[in-house]
Amino acid sequence: MSVEQSFLNLRELTKHYPGHEAVRGISLQIQQGEFFSLLGPSGCGKTTTLRLIAGFEEPTSGQIWLNGTRLDGLKPYDRNVSTVFQSYALFPHLTVRGNVEFGLQRKPPAERERAATELLALLELAGKEARKPAQLSGGEKQRVALARSLVVQPDLLLLDEPLSALDPKLRKQVRSELKAIQRRVGITFLFITHDQEEALSLSDRMAVMNAGLLEQTGTPRDLYLHPSTRFVAEFLGAMNWLGDCGIRPEAVQVSRTPPNGGSRALRATIIESAFLGNLIHLQARLESGDRFTAEVRAAADGFRPGDTVFLSWPVENERRFQR
Amino acid sequence: MKRLRSLFLAPAWLVIALGFWIPMGIVAAYSVLTRGMYGGVELPITAESLARFADPLYLGILAKSFVLAGIATVLCAVLGFPLALFVARASSRKNLWLSLVILPFWTSFLIRTYAWVFLLRDTGLFNTMLIATGAISEPMPLLYNDGAVITGLVYGYLPFFVLPVYATLERQDPLLRDAAADLGASPWATLLRVTLPLAAPGIRAGALLVFVPSLGAYITSDLLGGSKTVLIGNLVQNQFTAGRDWPFGAAAGMVLMSVVAVLLVLLLRRDPESLL
Repeated sequence: MSVEQSFLNLRELTKHYPGHEAVRGISLQIQQGEFFSLLGPSGCGKTTTLRLIAGFEEPTSGQIWLNGTRLDGLKPYDRNVSTVFQSYALFPHLTVRGNVEFGLQRKPPAERERAATELLALLELAGKEARKPAQLSGGEKQRVALARSLVVQPDLLLLDEPLSALDPKLRKQVRSELKAIQRRVGITFLFITHDQEEALSLSDRMAVMNAGLLEQTGTPRDLYLHPSTRFVAEFLGAMNWLGDCGIRPEAVQVSRTPPNGGSRALRATIIESAFLGNLIHLQARLESGDRFTAEVRAAADGFRPGDTVFLSWPVENERRFQR
Repeated sequence: MKRLRSLFLAPAWLVIALGFWIPMGIVAAYSVLTRGMYGGVELPITAESLARFADPLYLGILAKSFVLAGIATVLCAVLGFPLALFVARASSRKNLWLSLVILPFWTSFLIRTYAWVFLLRDTGLFNTMLIATGAISEPMPLLYNDGAVITGLVYGYLPFFVLPVYATLERQDPLLRDAAADLGASPWATLLRVTLPLAAPGIRAGALLVFVPSLGAYITSDLLGGSKTVLIGNLVQNQFTAGRDWPFGAAAGMVLMSVVAVLLVLLLRRDPESLL
């Protein structure tokens, strides 16, 4: 993918506040129609990046290009980008329909109504048009926020942790709906989250952000299986460390006898066994005193705290990082 | 628990009963009694004082009071909304700006109104300055007219408008403005479509807090309006002093109060929380 062809193009973007560098020079290319996630811990600069793209803040340096137009310097209302806010920021004095039609003021009333009705139907809000935001459930508010932003047919939809205000059960359901909606409308989504599971399950591609910089960009599979930095490895799932060498818990095999060649093996003592239904989470202590976690199938149960075992893994599953 | 609650509430109810309901009852009674020779009231009961309000002279005074109070309210809104918006959006020193708005309350209303006499009279600050700069040769008639009364009312009641409006603006989520801009609304459109409608309860409360006292004002019109501007407040005051017609003064008070009460009921019916 060449930089010139990319749909959204961030070039060396920085944002400095007095005494704090929120974004320290990030370059990123996103293709049209992609579901792209920006994943990182709180305070890593991901929300600032979103606010720079939306135009709520101006970058200290760098450029933002979208679909051949330079966005930085334009006012938010002149950018064909719309945002789903973490708190939804629905207009409390307007009805559901009023909220959804807010961005269509320049269109003739008939078209406004038709477009809003279509989006309300897509997001299963038909029948709720006359309600005020205060009368809606969390999931409904989220769908109104999504409808309000999609109805203006933005080139790019920014989503700032849109699922974090929902309860866990609803979150998973809405997550799969979100993906389906994106496929249907075909709009490019830039999804901001601190939840690795959300990012891994939703994204076509994703980037991990840390301390104002992008650590790594790629497909979820790439990032999980081939993390390029220790931070990415640890942020995307658990990792056991032997010096500079990281091993994912699910790559570890546990046996009572030393394994045959081809694998690295260590002797350890089981200290804890947690049953998770389909899996067993084993905590073991190595002879060096370090802790090691292994995730094995529930069928392989039988290990008890105090058992002496051998931990082994294929060498190709080791990940090495510079300290 | 219940008894304790009654015990604590009793003093407040007592003050309200003694200080408000009983005098109100007396005023209502006076308004239907006969005028005494040297002030005071006498029997028999009559509706004559109330009926005198049908006189175009008094209806005119009532109408003028409404017009001046209305103009003062609109001016307070036009001046006060941007001020409240400025204070609510100030990135720092919010408390300083708020203190400056409230500062005039630290001295007596009477003294502050007298101060306006010194500003507006022929030899006052404004005229002296304008003559000194050569803008005018003769002093302008700034004092003792309706304009002076409106100026005094706006000055006196502006903080009553600013404070409730500030309170509603301060509570508004700044993300709503981001969301509006995000959906293509210019700053003006955002002001008209988001900020202003959300501030409506504060604007209604502020307008009421300016309009009602302006309607009954008498110090302002007495000092700044001279003998030309007679408002209903002055009429009431006059009947109880020089006029020695207590029933008519009480009737004027009752008429004014009934009109205000009707307005309040209409407002509360529209938005039950507008006075909170």
